Amino acid sequence: MVEVKEFWRWKEYNWKNPDIQWKDAAVITAGVDVGSVSSQAVVMCDNEIYAFANMRTGSDSPNGALNAMKWALEDTGMTLDDIHCKVGTGYGRVNVPFADRAITEIACHAKGANYMYGPTVRTIMDMGGQDCKAIRCDEKGKVVSFLMNDKCAAGTGRGMESFASLLGVSIEEVGELSLQVEEEPPPVSNTCVVFAKTEATGLLRSGWSTEKVLAAYCSAMAHRVVSLLERIGMEEDFAITGGIAKNVGVVSRLEKELGVKALKPRYDTQIAGAMGAALFAKALVEKGENR
Amino acid sequence: MIANYGYKDGSGDFFISIDTNKCMECEEKPCMEACPAGILEKFADDYNDVVVGVKEEHRKKIKYSCAECKPASGKRNLACQAACKPDAIAHTW
Ligand code: SF4
Ligand code: SF4
Repeated sequence: MVEVKEFWRWKEYNWKNPDIQWKDAAVITAGVDVGSVSSQAVVMCDNEIYAFANMRTGSDSPNGALNAMKWALEDTGMTLDDIHCKVGTGYGRVNVPFADRAITEIACHAKGANYMYGPTVRTIMDMGGQDCKAIRCDEKGKVVSFLMNDKCAAGTGRGMESFASLLGVSIEEVGELSLQVEEEPPPVSNTCVVFAKTEATGLLRSGWSTEKVLAAYCSAMAHRVVSLLERIGMEEDFAITGGIAKNVGVVSRLEKELGVKALKPRYDTQIAGAMGAALFAKALVEKGENR
Repeated sequence: MIANYGYKDGSGDFFISIDTNKCMECEEKPCMEACPAGILEKFADDYNDVVVGVKEEHRKKIKYSCAECKPASGKRNLACQAACKPDAIAHTW
């Protein structure tokens, strides 16, 4: 049988902090970020990350939320009932059956980035599965201004997945490969994924290498989000969250165009939203508003 | 908070910016009634402040939702802005 390679497939995994005994924690909270492409669940014990899972959402978001949560809790002995407050976020946030509250991904990404990168972060570019969000926040991670572009898949993880499939390159190698060009090509002119794919096919036929086409696409993605950042006003420190933050080809071009370096993440950038949701859950417990 | 609702596409930037710090102090929220297309709604945001935003179903077609107030020829009449004394609403197009 011929093996069909899934070039778009990124690594799904779960993680548990071996240094934390959850039974000793005073407050246990969880955040679940259900996006159209991926879902993440983060469990925090007294504001420390205890466990998380990062996986594809699948076709139904209530199950996506539960699956992510179950996977984060795998081999921990913890059940949903042990968690004092659970907050849902993301596109499917209203479909998290076990959540005590739903909070927008904008507020959760700001809160999560504040924790992940520290209180100096003022501008966040979330490049997620299906949309891009430019967010400005204060030193507490409270949103000061935001702008979201979810009208088309250009500049998003879904766009990058379909591009990786088209070129037959593993999505995790796209960024590195895109940097293996002697000279930076002009960005693909079309930001719409459908047209960009047609354009890429034409460029390959005309003799461009795969690396060069990838460089042109990563460059177009970076250029597209720069305009969102310009609209809300760029202020340092700057951080990127979401799956595209792992693509060095987009990140380095974005940094070059902006003339600023993005902060280095301490955690998986895809869990920023779920992390923020878990932090909101902790605040709700402290205010006695968790049920 | 400055909340920007709308989108950017090949034909331009179409965003409505709302300064929610002003909305939370605005009791009557007259912009909602004034908008002929009914695209504005009142809600409690993530920080529990009662503010105004653009309804979800209009965010990806805002250029068309606001077309009545912005005729291609003739005078623009942005009823939302006219009703908003604190000057909290701005349009990018
Ligand atoms: S009238 Fe102006 S300040 Fe009042 S709710 Fe509407 S946009 Fe906000
Ligand atoms: S421009 Fe007109 S249609 Fe658009 S929000 Fe303002 S009042 Fe409503």
